[in-house]
Order: sequence, then C-alpha cells, then structure tokens
Amino acid sequence: MMKTQSGTYTRETDQKLMTGADLFIQSLVEADVETVFGYPGGAVLPIYDALHKAQGSFQHILCRHEQGLIHAAEGYARVTGKPGVVIATSGPGATNLITGITDAMMDSLPVVVFTGQVSTAVIGSDAFQEADVIGLTTPITKHNYQVNDIKDLPRIVKEAFHIATTGRKGPVVVDIPKNIAQEITQEEYDTAFKLSGYQPTTKPNPLQIRRLAEQIEAAEKPLLLAGAGIHFADAADELKTFAERHHLPVANTLLGLGSFPGSHELSLGMAGMHGSYCANMAIYECDLLINIGARFDDRLTGSLQHFAPRATIAHIDIDPAEIGKNIETRIPVVSDAKEALLALLATDTKTKDRTTWLMETLTNKKENPFWFKRSDELISPQWLIESIYEKTGGEAIITTDVGQHQMWAAQFYQFDQPHKWVTSGGLGTMGFGLPAAIGAQLGKPEETVIAIVGDGGFQMTMQEMAVLRQYNLPVKVVIVNNEALGMVRQWQETFYEERYSSSLMTDNPDFIKLAEGFGVKGLRVARETEVAAVMEEMLAYDGPVLVDARVQKLDKVFPMVAPGKGNHEMVGVRRCRG
Amino acid sequence: MQRIITATVQNTSGVLNRITGMLSKRGFNIESITVGTTESPGISKMTFVVAVPDEKKVEQLTKQLNKQIDVMKVNDITEKAIVQRELALIKVGNSSAARAEIQSVIEPFRARVLDVSRDSLIIEVTGKPDKIAALVDLLHPYGIKEMTRTGVTAFPRGKQPGQIQEFSLSI
Repeated sequence: MMKTQSGTYTRETDQKLMTGADLFIQSLVEADVETVFGYPGGAVLPIYDALHKAQGSFQHILCRHEQGLIHAAEGYARVTGKPGVVIATSGPGATNLITGITDAMMDSLPVVVFTGQVSTAVIGSDAFQEADVIGLTTPITKHNYQVNDIKDLPRIVKEAFHIATTGRKGPVVVDIPKNIAQEITQEEYDTAFKLSGYQPTTKPNPLQIRRLAEQIEAAEKPLLLAGAGIHFADAADELKTFAERHHLPVANTLLGLGSFPGSHELSLGMAGMHGSYCANMAIYECDLLINIGARFDDRLTGSLQHFAPRATIAHIDIDPAEIGKNIETRIPVVSDAKEALLALLATDTKTKDRTTWLMETLTNKKENPFWFKRSDELISPQWLIESIYEKTGGEAIITTDVGQHQMWAAQFYQFDQPHKWVTSGGLGTMGFGLPAAIGAQLGKPEETVIAIVGDGGFQMTMQEMAVLRQYNLPVKVVIVNNEALGMVRQWQETFYEERYSSSLMTDNPDFIKLAEGFGVKGLRVARETEVAAVMEEMLAYDGPVLVDARVQKLDKVFPMVAPGKGNHEMVGVRRCRG
Repeated sequence: MQRIITATVQNTSGVLNRITGMLSKRGFNIESITVGTTESPGISKMTFVVAVPDEKKVEQLTKQLNKQIDVMKVNDITEKAIVQRELALIKVGNSSAARAEIQSVIEPFRARVLDVSRDSLIIEVTGKPDKIAALVDLLHPYGIKEMTRTGVTAFPRGKQPGQIQEFSLSI
C-alpha cells in the first residue's frame, strides 16, 4: 500500500482503500505540486472531495472563471519555471480553458491541466456537461490523455508532468472520467513511463557547435538574437558571458526580454514590428545571426525576403521542427540553450576585434532610442511606464494584456533580469494580464507584481479581482486607460482611413467603484504631475491596488514595421543626435 | 512532388486523430494514409502518401511527425528501393457479353473476380498505385459503378542499392 500524507482512509476493515481521486491527489503531491489553480464542478466533485480530505498537501487557488485559472497557471509557470497546474470540470469548465491552453502552447509554457469528464459509460452520448476534451485539445496541446482505467492514472499524471516540463515545454491535458475518480482500489500501480517515442535532444551536436564557432571567428558583423528559450533553460548567465567574450550585440524577441540585461551596453533591446531601430537594423546588416531559443515569429521577422538578407543563419532550438520552418538555416543546432552555450563557451573560438560593427550598432542605439511626446498635462502612456520602471527600480515582475500598453511596457520597462516579464506573445491574448499576475504573485510572494493592462483587456477577465481580495495578493493593477482598443484603433487610423469601427470604449465602467466593489483599493490618476505620487502610494500600500490611469488617447506605438515590409523599413523612427 | 513516408507509432487511442489533425492544421496535402498493426504488440505502422511543393515542406512534415509523443520513428522512403502495394476493389457493370472480355483485360494485372451478380462484377487488384490506375483506366469503358482503394503501404527492400542517404534528424 502506498503512503499518502492524508489522502488514504480506512473502511471498517483494516485494509486501506483509496479512490481514484485520492490516487490523483497523491500523484500531484508526488509531483511536488505546491499550487493548484482550480474550479469545482459536477464531474470533479470526487476530486474536490479528495482535496478536502488532503487539505494542506498543497495550496488550491479558486479563480472566478476557468480562463483565469489557466492564465494564472501560465503566469506561475513563467516566473517560477515550475509547471502550472489546473483542475477544471467537464464540458464548460474544459471549454473555458481553451484560450489559455492555446496560449500556453504558442508560448511553450509548462502547464498541466486536469479536466473532469462524464463517466466512461456515458461518454459519447451527449451527456450533461460532456465535451470532447481530447478532440478539442489535440491541436492545442503538446500531448493529451484520457484516463480509461484507474491503473493508468498514476503513470499518466507522472508522464504528463514529464512531458510538460521537458524538451520544448508545453501544455498537457489529462481528462479524468468521473467513475475513474470514484473507483475504489487498494492496489499499487506501476508508474514506469511508456514513452519510448519521446526522447528530446538536449545536448548539441559537436559538429554543429564547431561549425558555429568557425562562423563566429569569421564573422565581421555577428548578432545574437535571444528568445524565451534562454529563460526556459535558465541560461541568462551563460548568454551574458558568451556575448561579452565575443563582443556580440544582443537583440531580444518580445518573450526573450530580460534574458540579457536591457541596461547592458551590448543590448539592442527588442527587435520586430515595434522593436528598436538599432535591433532591427542590426538584423538587416549582420553577416551572422545566431538565434538562441526564438522561433522566427512573423512579428519578429517582418517580410521574410528582407530578413537578415546578408546573414548566415545559425539557429539553436530545442525543437527541431522550428529550425528551417520560417527561415532557411545554415547551422542548425538542436539543443537546450544552456547546453549549447556551455558547449560554445568550451570551444577555443578566437575573439575578434569588431569595433567598427559595434560602433555602428551602438551609435544606432544611442541616436535612435524609443521616443514619445511629453505633454504637460495629460499622461503620456509611455511616460507612465517609465515612471513605473523608475519607482520599482526595474525590479518588479510585469504582466500585461495585449496591445499598445504591452508594446509600451516592452519598450520602456527595461528588464535586467530573467523571469520578470510575463506577457502573451504568440497567441496575443487580451485578458491575460490580471490572472497571469495572480499566478506570478503566488509563485513569487516576496516580489512586487504589477499587471499593466489595457482598459479593453482588463474587462475580459476583471472578475479575477475577487481573487486578489480573497487571498490578499498585493498585486498592483495599472489600467493604461485610453478609452479604446488602442492597437485596433491605431491600425484603423493607419490602414483603414480612421474608420474607428467598434474600437472606442467611451462607456467604460467606473474602474474605481469597480475596484471598491471587489474590496480592492482604487486610485485614479489623470495628470502627469500626479503620477509619481500615485505610483508611490500604490507601491507603498500593503495589499491589492487598482490604478485607473487616464492617458492620452491618440498615442500610437512607434516605431513600426508595417505588415509585409522589411525590418529596415520602419516608420516612426526619431533621430536624436547628441 | 509526391513522397512516401512511414511512421512507427504507439498504438494509443487518439494517435491517428492527433497525426491527421496536425497534418491538416499545418496544411499538408495527404493523398492516402494506411494504418495497421505490426509484429510488435502495441506498435502500429502508418504509411502516408503526401503531395508537397518542396524539400523544405517534406522536412517540416517529418519533423512535425517526429515531434508527436506517440511517434517512435519516421522515415521518408521515397528515394529508397521499396516494395509498395495498394489494394483496390472495383465494381464494374456486367453484361454477359462483356464478362469474358473483362476477364481477359484483368488477367495480365493478376486481378481476381471476387463476386459476380446479374449486373455487376467485383474485381480485386493489388499492386503499385500506377498499376491500379492502369487497370481502372482499362475498365472504364465497361462502366465503373463503385471503387475503393486502400492507399499505399510500403517497406524498404531488404537490400538497398549502394549508399542511399537516409533522412536523418541528427542535426
């Protein structure tokens, strides 16, 4: 008989009997789960009963909508590197998770989702709260399982955590029919993996490392492009050592921000559609582009024919399918980012004098910074972000929704450390910021967590404010309120002759009253002169705060690479000499 | 270009769905898929015939297949010396006058008549897809009422002529 902390119980005989649900809870404990984001319902009642009996084994966080659960789990995974765990019921519980599972898939986040299912006897009969979770989640998961026999349950839970957290990380769904959770057993089951087809490559091929080292020696204008793979591999230190040793300027992808210190002199900041002039021009001009842990997303590359046209492309990625998918690659390295960097550092690659190239890129950096217009009265949204940066000393964990405020946060909050930046990159999910901040705060209770959200996105998941109060999470929510779906409005202004079709939100609720209704402190700020004081008050307050920051409504995100254009064809670049 | 790709997979529920879903999501044009059990219990083999525009797309296809947790091995065997077979059942209209003629048409193809009724014949033929296509072509004048083809299943031959580069993911 297996031991459990408190999940076993005794019937009238001496034999210890467990339900499938007890076995499940025990499997979570054995997987070192500390926090679970969950929402009960009919099909998971046995699991919630087992949870009740096993209280204290781990923390259970009740969000207010399943989308809140999954984004919270993503935020948790992003800042801790540990898997985010979700429990939801069958049918609507499961379908409400779909957006977040897709988001986790696009951004390779290790999330393990357990969904209830109707009993096996009625699967396929359109039973109450039945949905084909396996069919629905197959295209949006790294893998999924339906447990059809209690003896498979412990193994499947173990495999699910293994798959989610190894190789290219990603979401795994385990669908548990109610009768399996209710079944009573006293046997011990084999948990040996049955994963003979799953052996991710983590160490680089020495031949490719040697080829890459030779290219680095030969290159006149080499450039590093660092993506989220650096975060996942915990390779920020190795990246810094490598860049410094070979005098390599570093551009980041959106999700790679913080993997190389933003304040480092070799940092060129974010590249791509709203990236910096210096990063985009370095990609255009370089003769060797070393991509570590990024997937050449279209928002990064712009027009493929103009992407790094003179460069030899080297691509280090743990997922072989990403290499050569979008960009033809001369030097493919299938590897964990850290292993590849360690292998590169172990070569005796000569360091070359690259003063000319560095002068060129660093002059671009100095002369073409991100810019914005200050007004004396209304708050410039970019300046608001800068104020948050200054008041937090650049140390806070920042989560965002998607749109203008997200790009401004990426541009004006300089990340010097990894695991501080939590944003929805691939899927671009509005409503991500608040629940992700909840997960991040639970994962890092000692750190300041700020959700920078838009007035549009916030309203997609604002019910999660209740969670801040319930668990007294000191998350600070800053609504960059321009009374519009700003990025939609910006595109309508730029590409649709100012026809603002359904993008203006002039009838927003009173966010302060809303905050108060949730038992959260609300602060409003509408003038530049008041921003500093409000930010200080927000940060000093011991508990959750919502700030409704009324910003200039018509600001646009610049610079910008228009769709179909090359990265060198940015508009909205402002030159400042001196 | 047409490619023949085989995949050895763990025979779990949903594996076919996962693979065909991936192929359709990523826009691969599948001409046929066959699936069947192998000599090892719990292991199945799939054979895909796909139409792809270029090498890059084939590479993506094999990589994406390999990425599936239940997929153990993927081989692009198009360039190899292979044995490939497909089975077709063809129902043709039957007048007694034509019956003997049909028999003589199918004989060189080593096809067989499985069923005879007053107004139709069911013919079974096994072979490479082009052989089946040739027979279908010859049977057309007699009126094909119904036809079903299984799709190709294939093996590399025991002995390969010279050194043929195997598609490898050792990058």
